Amino acid sequence: MLKNDIAGGIRDKALWMRRKAFTMVFDAQLGHPGGDFSAIDIVATLYFGVMRYDSQQPDMAERDRFIMSKGHATGALYTALCAAGYYPEDWLATYMQPQSKLNGHPNRNYLPGVETNTGPLGHGMPVAVGIAISGQLTNSDYRTFVLTGDGELQEGSNWEAAMTAGHRKLGKLTLIVDRNRLQQGMGTEETNGLDPLDDKFRAFGWDVAMVDGHDVEALMAVLSEPAGGRSKPLCVIANTIKGKGVSFMENKASWHHGVPNAEQLAIAMEELA
Amino acid sequence: MAAPAAKQQGFHDCRDAWARTIEALAAEDPRIVAVVNDSVGSSKLGGFQKAFPDRLINVGIAEQTMVGVGAGLANGGRIPFVSAASCFLTGRALEQVKADIAYANFNVKLVGQSSGVAYGELGPTHHSIEDFAWLRPLSNITVIAPADAWETAEAVKWAAAHVGPVYIRLSRMPVPDLLVENRRFQPSKAEMVREGGDVTVIACGTMVHLAVSAAEELAADGISVRVLNMATISPLDGVAISQAASETGAIVTVEEANIHGGLGGAVAEHTSAHFPVPVERMGFPGFVPTGAVEWLFKHYGLTASGIAKSARKAIARKSV
Repeated sequence: MLKNDIAGGIRDKALWMRRKAFTMVFDAQLGHPGGDFSAIDIVATLYFGVMRYDSQQPDMAERDRFIMSKGHATGALYTALCAAGYYPEDWLATYMQPQSKLNGHPNRNYLPGVETNTGPLGHGMPVAVGIAISGQLTNSDYRTFVLTGDGELQEGSNWEAAMTAGHRKLGKLTLIVDRNRLQQGMGTEETNGLDPLDDKFRAFGWDVAMVDGHDVEALMAVLSEPAGGRSKPLCVIANTIKGKGVSFMENKASWHHGVPNAEQLAIAMEELA
Repeated sequence: MAAPAAKQQGFHDCRDAWARTIEALAAEDPRIVAVVNDSVGSSKLGGFQKAFPDRLINVGIAEQTMVGVGAGLANGGRIPFVSAASCFLTGRALEQVKADIAYANFNVKLVGQSSGVAYGELGPTHHSIEDFAWLRPLSNITVIAPADAWETAEAVKWAAAHVGPVYIRLSRMPVPDLLVENRRFQPSKAEMVREGGDVTVIACGTMVHLAVSAAEELAADGISVRVLNMATISPLDGVAISQAASETGAIVTVEEANIHGGLGGAVAEHTSAHFPVPVERMGFPGFVPTGAVEWLFKHYGLTASGIAKSARKAIARKSV
């Protein structure tokens, strides 16, 4: 398949994921659509352009792993796992309903394809580092991807884990920061500033790449493993727009956990056609 | 706290049994790894490190990452034993223990070293007397406080074979070997250390041998004391507690822990629901003052004579 066709396929999946995720949030009248939409192009690129896995064998030892550390972005994760074939589409309609496997934050014991339970921020990085160390110990070829929010990096546990990853030269570990510059109340730089984020990770012994987090070709290029692999962990700072794809949500902190009414849903579906 | 000289000779630091056992298990099973927070010495893992340098993962002084890394190693198919001073392992990393280990139900073994008030004079920051109350309500995780070297080794072997999270709580206080015939380690089963009909002392960890001494002291006065070693705090052996309540009519609990929410709390929850009898809870009421371990035990009555006193009190309450 031509590279452009792959990128086109990813864009189609991302569009489907946005439509499904927004509908799930509307039906449940719960969710975190702003953060779902900033992350969806990244997650779609990983699942449909970069990662090696077999959704029919979710526990396969050599699978690439993805951890959604910003566990509230279930709209992005659940639609990706569904599109990847881990479970049927009708499961999505149960989102946050009583006894649903699709909890407000992912649970690996409920859903195939979920690598670890997340929700409290700052938990994904240490677990991802442990997975990467396990791969290093067994000379495995699998890669480990972890997606954090940017506000999430205010949690100190991330920096403990970043030190460990740099110290151990975990070249099979990739962190993607969903850099939408908004946390739930206001901007990251107004709250507890993160910049210069790239310098921080370099100082911790990481390679750093900056990318437009909605440019699928650029994401594919930076997330693909170079020939010969890497000798350091990679931090991809993906510049994104919270609520990307729906005009009234874009760059609005209030859509962190805002939910649409019927009229807003209709407008969104038109824009996501 | 003077113990008979002959008995003292049989005293062991259970960390040695832990270290010997984990090294032997690791030699047989390449999946076994150790994760520490710069706690190689205090975890007695020097031998493990020498034998398996790659499999000793020292993340430095970073407990949240230490526990999260344990979960990740389990995701990768390793069997991690995460070992650190229990005050930091359970306190500093409590949310990781809750979310990454217990809730995610990863096959991770947490080994809390120097628990209780083992660090006596260092004070409540370094004591681990709240750990039972913190971990006991967490689903999926088995909480074990072995009473002696033999039980420590058996608990470590069982944990390695069991698929699921386990917390093993060790001390650094030397304890004597319990004299029980035909012992077999059974998780979530109380061990009958001594038969008796007038009162039951339910103890765990470092307190069990003191309970036995108390029973011996009371036997001289014609009081028959049952001693149960409740090594597994969670899930709890409710059957043994109900039997103790119905057959002896009064219970004393003894733990090197806070009396709120630990072994005593667990026993009281059970009896209140199933067989209400007087329950005397022994342990620490909260943060403790400065003092050596021996002084702290004596100050809070965690001695053979102190336990005997509580046993008499529990028996007296039966007739009220």
